[in-house]
Amino acid sequence: MRFALEKRPAPSRLMLGLTPLFAVIATMLAGGVMFWALGANPVEAIRTIFLDPLFDPTFGAYSRPQLLVKAAPLILIAIGLSLGFKAGIWNIGAEGQYIIGAVVGAAVGLAFYPTESRLIFPAMVIAGALGGWAWAMIPAILKTRLGTNEILVSLMLVYVAENILASVASGVLKNPEGRGFPGSRNFARDYPAASNLELLPGTGMHWGVVAAFIAVIAAYVLMTRHKMGFSIRLTGEAPRAARFAGVNPTRLVVFSLGMAGALAGMAGLFEVTGPAGQISIDFGSGYGFTAIIVAFLGRLHPVGILLAGLLMALTYIGGELAQLMLGMPAAAIQLFQGMLLFFLLAMDVFANYRIRIKTREAA
Amino acid sequence: MNLLKTLAVGAALATGVAGAAVAQDKTKVGFIYVGPIGDGGWTYEHNKARLAVEEHYGDAVETVYQESVPEGADAERAITQMALSGADLIFTTSFGFMDATVAVAEKFPDVKFEHATGYKTADNLAVYSARFYEGRAVQGTIAGHLTESNIVGYIASYPIPEVIRGINSAYIHAKKVNPDIQFKIIWAYTWFDPAKEADAAKALIEQGADVILQHTDSTAPQAAAAEAGNVYTFGQASDMIEYAPMPRVSSIIDDWAPYYIERVGAVIDGTWETADTWDGIGPGMVGIGEISDAVPADVKAEALALKDAIASGEYHPFTGPLNKQDGSVWLAEGETADDGTLLGMDFYVEGIEGEIPN
Repeated sequence: MRFALEKRPAPSRLMLGLTPLFAVIATMLAGGVMFWALGANPVEAIRTIFLDPLFDPTFGAYSRPQLLVKAAPLILIAIGLSLGFKAGIWNIGAEGQYIIGAVVGAAVGLAFYPTESRLIFPAMVIAGALGGWAWAMIPAILKTRLGTNEILVSLMLVYVAENILASVASGVLKNPEGRGFPGSRNFARDYPAASNLELLPGTGMHWGVVAAFIAVIAAYVLMTRHKMGFSIRLTGEAPRAARFAGVNPTRLVVFSLGMAGALAGMAGLFEVTGPAGQISIDFGSGYGFTAIIVAFLGRLHPVGILLAGLLMALTYIGGELAQLMLGMPAAAIQLFQGMLLFFLLAMDVFANYRIRIKTREAA
Repeated sequence: MNLLKTLAVGAALATGVAGAAVAQDKTKVGFIYVGPIGDGGWTYEHNKARLAVEEHYGDAVETVYQESVPEGADAERAITQMALSGADLIFTTSFGFMDATVAVAEKFPDVKFEHATGYKTADNLAVYSARFYEGRAVQGTIAGHLTESNIVGYIASYPIPEVIRGINSAYIHAKKVNPDIQFKIIWAYTWFDPAKEADAAKALIEQGADVILQHTDSTAPQAAAAEAGNVYTFGQASDMIEYAPMPRVSSIIDDWAPYYIERVGAVIDGTWETADTWDGIGPGMVGIGEISDAVPADVKAEALALKDAIASGEYHPFTGPLNKQDGSVWLAEGETADDGTLLGMDFYVEGIEGEIPN
């Protein structure tokens, strides 16, 4: 008897739905072994990561809304990225667009300090989106005009953005009352008109969470109901057919990079005015890269991305609790998250192939 | 809106208090670290002090920690979760946790907070830091004597007063013993990134530096110097003795244990009060690691004499006459710097080349 993999004519829909579940189970098993090897009770460790953020009597009330807060920027960025990824346009530089969006939006807000007006925060959101959009236009224009590779250009621009961030945090945007330390004024503490306020008191939930949900719905409508969504899907699945169908590749590149940049820029603005509170040298915390994982984990589908973002947030917050309550090292938690992604990708084999058990016949 | 907010905070507190009640017999002390406990430098020393607290109080105290907490949006959540878990006292051990600590301290008035290297205090929030610049004076003296190329490389982390003070103090004392000294400074914009730190060290060595001072926490610059050969280094935050006698010829050691033991004791006795502590070599918060045999005996004696003079308060590392980089007078003959100026230091002293990034 032997096993053979046989390619399916089309990916199995059932398996596409089931494999994430298999991956979570496989992660729990492999992770459990790792936690056991580290001297922890594996059942307790897994429970702490997956269930305590939701149900623990001490942490649950605080952690549940925090899941949305942590997931919101990931979802917002991943939605934007998924549009391009579906069409085979690889924007790897969302982190840079996120940072520049935050810097530009924050700069607009700080320029009005200390004016109090209801219009300041919306203006900052628009500025943040424009900042991210403009940063994404650099690889878009270079690609459409000069044929450069958007993967390299967008990635390299992340490092440029990080240096701009460090420069403004210790220069033009530095808090004049900050005793010489780098970092801007704290929006939440020093400038309420420009801060991303809690929408429900005590939850920490802010406008970014609302924006993430709107983005999910809008992306769903775009992909299923709009001509642009059709062009994107067609280009990704059959580039030659798309050309014949009259899809303009330049427009597509500009649109998908621009949307990704604008959404990442908005995410940056919501973070800098909300959970982070200020422009600081360390503001960029890798959300732009994590969002790439979220996009693929969600299979580039808006609803999938929503769920993937929440799952990632759960492993982050649950991982923090496991560190805190069980004394797990931070590296073990990162390893655990890595396992989850590894198994998710590995399980894809079951969606694309079927397993045949062949019995050898006697000659 | 405000009423709702009060209610919500009240609810959060009630949960926190309930959590604390369970472990009433033990005092729970939490630590938020910016790096991994195995960084061999800054966080390693804080964690060593945490273990010293555990050993000192035994069963009366329980400690928890969270490592590698980013100084951004995640910090406030990490500190809040620690407070919710029933901690009575929380040490947040990096400057970037300042505003997050202030915010959480407001929500948990019954929990005591201690923030390292910051300046914002409250009734339940104390700050503490060490006068590392005193150690830098000793380091500068040794570096000034040891260098043959007269070029000292300096791996700086962030352009904040603490780091600038260190550069100035090291420079002033190196210059005193070697008027031809020149400092080359690289800003790494990280506290802990072995790859970046190693690159910075290599770049400085290529530019002719034969002494490397670092204000970052990993041992990567030590390894880079060992590989290059004939380059001297100093341990930072931790002793880094594994690189002695060469390249590591001495070190600045942060010894937080006495302070942590004292503050935890105050919480146990119920005598804890907010404070602004800034201690140096004298009270033992800053230690000078063993000066290795690679340093000539007379230089070692001079360095130790300087250390004793600083410890006894007889000598202040920032004593005039000193000018600022632009040539303007900062301190007149015999005048010493006041703490206010030192805490906000945003200028180089005369003779240092280059600009503080901004």
